[in-house]
Amino acid sequence: MSTQPDLLYSEEEEAVRAAVRDLLADHCDAPGVIARTESDTPHDLAAWKALADGMGLAGLLVPEDKGGQGASHREVAVVLEELGRAVAPVPYLTSAVVATEALLACDTGDLLAELASGRRIGALAVALNVAPGGAYQVVRHEGGALHGELTAIADAQAADVLLVPADDGGLYAVDASAATVTPQIPFDLTRPLATVSLDGIPGRLLGDAEVAVHRALRAGAGLLASEQLGLAEWTLTETVRYLKERKQFNRPVGGFQALKHRLAQLWLEVVNLRAAARNAADALATGEDTDVAVAVAQAYAASVAVHAAEEALQLHAGIGMTWEHPIHLYLKRAKADSIAYGTAGVHRARLAELVDLQAP
Amino acid sequence: MTDAAELQRRTAELLAAHPPASTDRLDFLKARFDAGLAWVHYPEGLGGLNAPRSLQVVVDAELEAAGAPDNDPRRNGIGLGMAAPTILKYGTEEQKQRYLRPLWVGEEVWCQLFSEPGAGSDLAALGTRAVREDGGPSRSSEAESGGDWVVNGQKVWTSGAHNSRWAILIARTDPDVPKHAGITYFICDMTDPGVDVRPLRQITGEAEFNEVFLTDVRIPDSRRLGEIGEGWRVAQTTLNNERVAIGGMRLPREGGMIGPVSKTWRERPELRTQDLHQRLLKLWVDSEVARLTAERLRQQLVAGQPGPEGAGMKLAFARLNQEISGLEVELRGQEGLLYDDWTMRRPELVDFTGRDAGYRYLRSKGNSIEGGTSEVLLNIVAERVLGLPAEPRTDKDVAWKDLAR
Repeated sequence: MSTQPDLLYSEEEEAVRAAVRDLLADHCDAPGVIARTESDTPHDLAAWKALADGMGLAGLLVPEDKGGQGASHREVAVVLEELGRAVAPVPYLTSAVVATEALLACDTGDLLAELASGRRIGALAVALNVAPGGAYQVVRHEGGALHGELTAIADAQAADVLLVPADDGGLYAVDASAATVTPQIPFDLTRPLATVSLDGIPGRLLGDAEVAVHRALRAGAGLLASEQLGLAEWTLTETVRYLKERKQFNRPVGGFQALKHRLAQLWLEVVNLRAAARNAADALATGEDTDVAVAVAQAYAASVAVHAAEEALQLHAGIGMTWEHPIHLYLKRAKADSIAYGTAGVHRARLAELVDLQAP
Repeated sequence: MTDAAELQRRTAELLAAHPPASTDRLDFLKARFDAGLAWVHYPEGLGGLNAPRSLQVVVDAELEAAGAPDNDPRRNGIGLGMAAPTILKYGTEEQKQRYLRPLWVGEEVWCQLFSEPGAGSDLAALGTRAVREDGGPSRSSEAESGGDWVVNGQKVWTSGAHNSRWAILIARTDPDVPKHAGITYFICDMTDPGVDVRPLRQITGEAEFNEVFLTDVRIPDSRRLGEIGEGWRVAQTTLNNERVAIGGMRLPREGGMIGPVSKTWRERPELRTQDLHQRLLKLWVDSEVARLTAERLRQQLVAGQPGPEGAGMKLAFARLNQEISGLEVELRGQEGLLYDDWTMRRPELVDFTGRDAGYRYLRSKGNSIEGGTSEVLLNIVAERVLGLPAEPRTDKDVAWKDLAR
């Protein structure tokens, strides 16, 4: 490492955070998100429009001369912290990060600018559980058309354009309206999954799939840690608040040492996760030490987010088990995030290679 | 305001006037102190220049590059980390002038007479008594006003007492008020005949700590630090600085306990097992994340936005040191059945990583006890950071002498 990573938040980043948090307070309250999960439109496209179109946040990773904001992964990370805090059902990670990074690897001007502006939503047609460097399904490229089925594609229902890897090594852009997108029943209701079927659909060749997919998944994995941080922070804050109010045995429940220690422990994990997530965002922005930083963040983040959500449920007790209380949204998102872009175990195995701690 | 350029200029001046190659080590350090380049954030005349603390690195880098001797801070950690900031905040002008310079240059090493056999985590319950001797001329040569204090009691876990010239001491001066109110803070002369330092041999075989028996130790009132009965408040300065010192280190990757075990893993493939591999990788990640958290805390301090993270760092490092050293003993297999040396020694400083895995394992067990147990620190985080209700207090309004012991 030649330079020290900048692990703090800049004033500009804090301004982005405040704006996103305000917007989500208006658009994405918990009862609304819960109601939406049971509707035909699981994505909150009004919130997406406000974020992408209104605030220009979909183009943060895209240089200005390509139609974006020319910001960096550091600002995107702050946006994702807030989206995680609200378990917002918007295709930000999938379109503004993963699909956008895939396109940045391909040098395709018009499509990139459309995604950056938020006018169109993109989805990389690689299953959500695939880690950077991991194997993924491809479709058949035959006679100038694409044939095949891909499953567990996150936010495909909301997408206008699908980025599809094919067996000839190319990454193709496919108009989503030409494909058959069939919703699957997702564990995490706020990040819907779908099956994408291509039955001889024409696609536009964008570039080399392997390079694009790797870059996209690495950015997705690294920045997912910030979403997990926001999620964990919300569950900790809410649980602390609840335990100060909730009384049993004539005392606030939060005064019992057994529970205080659990919450303090959780706080410590969240503090650690913030450093790891900031480090990954900074490494993606600077290109320094990126593979290690992303692997460390993803090897650490999932257990914290899941632990925080599980503790929130247990410490809220009965109310935590209900459908009306939003904890279940957070638990489901946290658990699904623990698989998204590679499990902690997969990232640890990758780390073993990167830092020369080989298996027996 | 003294800026970086000014500090560089003054450092160059110091080096020109006292070339490190031809200057006696102690003379150089004294000159450095007098030039205000010892701790630049201290006041002028007391080793500093009222400069921002973050600029110390500028001076240190220049001096290191010039091959200047350092003041061996590890040898006098308690003096530099705890006694000095407390003297600076609460000391009289005479006290600051007398103690800070020999402390910083390392001529005089300090220890801390706080813990007692009956007062560990409940430190304010301490029973060592300091009684003011009324009337008559002081028998101490240093006393100018009033009588001496006469101290009796027993202290324990005193790191480095066997090498120390001075101690910071808290003692009970009023048993008739609640426990926090009746404490006073003193500077104790460790060469006083009433001070009996006895090695306390510990789990590792070493005696890095001591028991200290205080029998009719006479302390002139001029060596009281802060007001009578204000000792608890003064001690908070000491203890807060203790935790900052523990959490404020800057480490490179693999700079902590994970370093030696990673090295062994790489060099000794025959020792590897799948189970150990999984545990090692998890601890490697945890170590790297803890290192990043410490680095983030450091960046916050430099930016003038101190966060509460320091309270958690000690907890994290204690757990990591224990788990990693435990893993390392297992990794070594047959060698893990052996120990390097059980000879009773009295080291000048604590060395967490220099000896073998078995030593590291045993010594690290103290990391969750010394400087505040992990249980107490978790309470502090829960109450001060998260704002959860405090533990019920049954001793709050009870005079110390009426407490159950």
